[in-house]
Amino acid sequence: MFRNSTVRDVLLRPTVAILAVGLLVTATGYAPGPALSALWRGSFGSPYVIVSATLLRATPLILTGLAVAIAFRASVWNIGAEGQFLAGATATAALGTLTGASLGWTSLPLALILGAAAGAAWAGIAAWLRRRFGVLEVISTIMLNFLALDCVAWLVRGPLQEPTHIYPQTSMLANAFNMPRLFATRLHAGFLLALIAAIIAGWVLRQTAPGFRLRATGANPFAAASAGQIDVARTATRAFLVSGAIAGLAGAIEVTGVTHALYEDISPGYGYTAIAVALLAGLEPYAVIASGILFGALEAGAAAMQRDAGVPSVVVSVVEATLILVFLIPRARERTA
Amino acid sequence: MNGLPDFLAATVRTATPLALAALGETVGESAGVINVGLEGIIITGAFAGLVGSITVGVYAGFLAAALAGAVVAALFAVFAIWFRADQIITGTAVTLFGLGLTGTLYRRAFGAGGAALRAATQHATSIPGLSRIPLIGAAFFGQPAITYFTYIIVPLLWWAMYRTRMGLALRAVGENPEAARAAGINPRRVQLAAVLFGGVMGGLAGGTLVLSQVGTFAEGMSAGRGFIAIAVVALGRWHPVGAAIGALLFGAASALQFLFQAMGWAAPYQLFLGLPYLLTLVALAAFGGRHAAPAALGK
Repeated sequence: MFRNSTVRDVLLRPTVAILAVGLLVTATGYAPGPALSALWRGSFGSPYVIVSATLLRATPLILTGLAVAIAFRASVWNIGAEGQFLAGATATAALGTLTGASLGWTSLPLALILGAAAGAAWAGIAAWLRRRFGVLEVISTIMLNFLALDCVAWLVRGPLQEPTHIYPQTSMLANAFNMPRLFATRLHAGFLLALIAAIIAGWVLRQTAPGFRLRATGANPFAAASAGQIDVARTATRAFLVSGAIAGLAGAIEVTGVTHALYEDISPGYGYTAIAVALLAGLEPYAVIASGILFGALEAGAAAMQRDAGVPSVVVSVVEATLILVFLIPRARERTA
Repeated sequence: MNGLPDFLAATVRTATPLALAALGETVGESAGVINVGLEGIIITGAFAGLVGSITVGVYAGFLAAALAGAVVAALFAVFAIWFRADQIITGTAVTLFGLGLTGTLYRRAFGAGGAALRAATQHATSIPGLSRIPLIGAAFFGQPAITYFTYIIVPLLWWAMYRTRMGLALRAVGENPEAARAAGINPRRVQLAAVLFGGVMGGLAGGTLVLSQVGTFAEGMSAGRGFIAIAVVALGRWHPVGAAIGALLFGAASALQFLFQAMGWAAPYQLFLGLPYLLTLVALAAFGGRHAAPAALGK
């Protein structure tokens, strides 16, 4: 039901997004002119904001969007990218707090690997509950999101709190953990990693045997099991773990590239926006890059809109919801036909 | 401080909105529709409850909450039932929609600093006699009226679902829509009615938060209750009495902090906040497997 969505589709969608923002802003009684111009200035208004706001925001969205897309393609309803992101961020921050600068140049790669492993482990709980007990992953992953948030809240006030015990956060990680910056802007190499991850995922899905098994499992598990002799349960579990690993990597990259510390509000709901990102991309990894950048722009623009035009940035959630619903209609018609 | 009565009262208080939402969702899921938009319905109900209460009064607030819940549920129904779009995705969009819309409207209408806003609230009404029962009396029968409404809904719903033709049609659609259609039932109409009922109950759950508990609105104050209610439905094995018990269990897990504080345990506060989610996961593994679900759920 999500086939045939291309990068071109995604490029047409900003029109709908901008219309939705304009309508919504007008409907709630704000002046659309200043709001839309602030939206533009904050997202694509200058080379600096494109790189340092839009692409910076897009990085975690591309990765978490990719995580959701891979899971959904296997019909694994992983709503838990948020918790897996937090698990990855926590593992990275814990490694940094415990080792300081002692790991030298291996700090960053180890942090990324550990973050991905933590994300996979957190998703693994839900994957195990699904496979062993038949627990719906929609519910278990959401419970795990809340649980992850409570764990972070406790850790940054307890075992991982910075040494002065004043702020609810970890201390800043050593420089060895910093992602290299690109073009002397706020953008970091994590953006490139996100692009590489999307390209690899797209290639694996389209061109390789594991990718075929995943798509077959998602499209029709009964046919995949009987005609294709695919171990459907195992394929779904693996897709779940890979999905968690990518979301965990997103958390590790956010810590090493942007925040350099762990605190409670480290994610403004990336894992939830990721669902919209993945759906708008038609669950196609290459297209996730474009829709991730679109949502990065929307969120960066919304921040500017709140600052300059006084329009609350939560407006973006309504726009995301509208985009999802609008793009459900034609697909739904196909399905009924 | 008296630990046990506080613990029981907090259990019932936390359980009330969860039970309302879960009872509505039980009906929807019995018709084969899982509505992840419940979170969006609850928050919209909460906001409508606030508006109704400050413009007219408490009961107008509940009415507005129920209506708003039905409207958001109708939005879900248009996509999930009429267009037959994927239920999980539609529900996710509806939740985003509700959270974003209420946040925007709230800031627009009351400003970012509206937290001082007070809505008229429903006071606790003690039921004569029953509230005097030692230990549990005050906890179960010294609550706001909406809690007693919930007590009445549980047996009514059981009767409607298991002792009427309407209930049989509902469950038939959830198990096998094609067979139901062959028996002369219109599955879409049954699903629409079930989802709208779920919307009314979810809206009331949101109204309860504002009108019987907090007395004001805050952005995102539903705080995952919609998702927890969906877990409670699975815990209750898609049965109304089960949903009520599930809500009480979850309420008890949330209220444990009162008991532990009274006993002088100094465990970190955040870990108590996480405890209900952890217990839900364990309970789902033990009782809430997919095999107990209506066969056509989510399709």
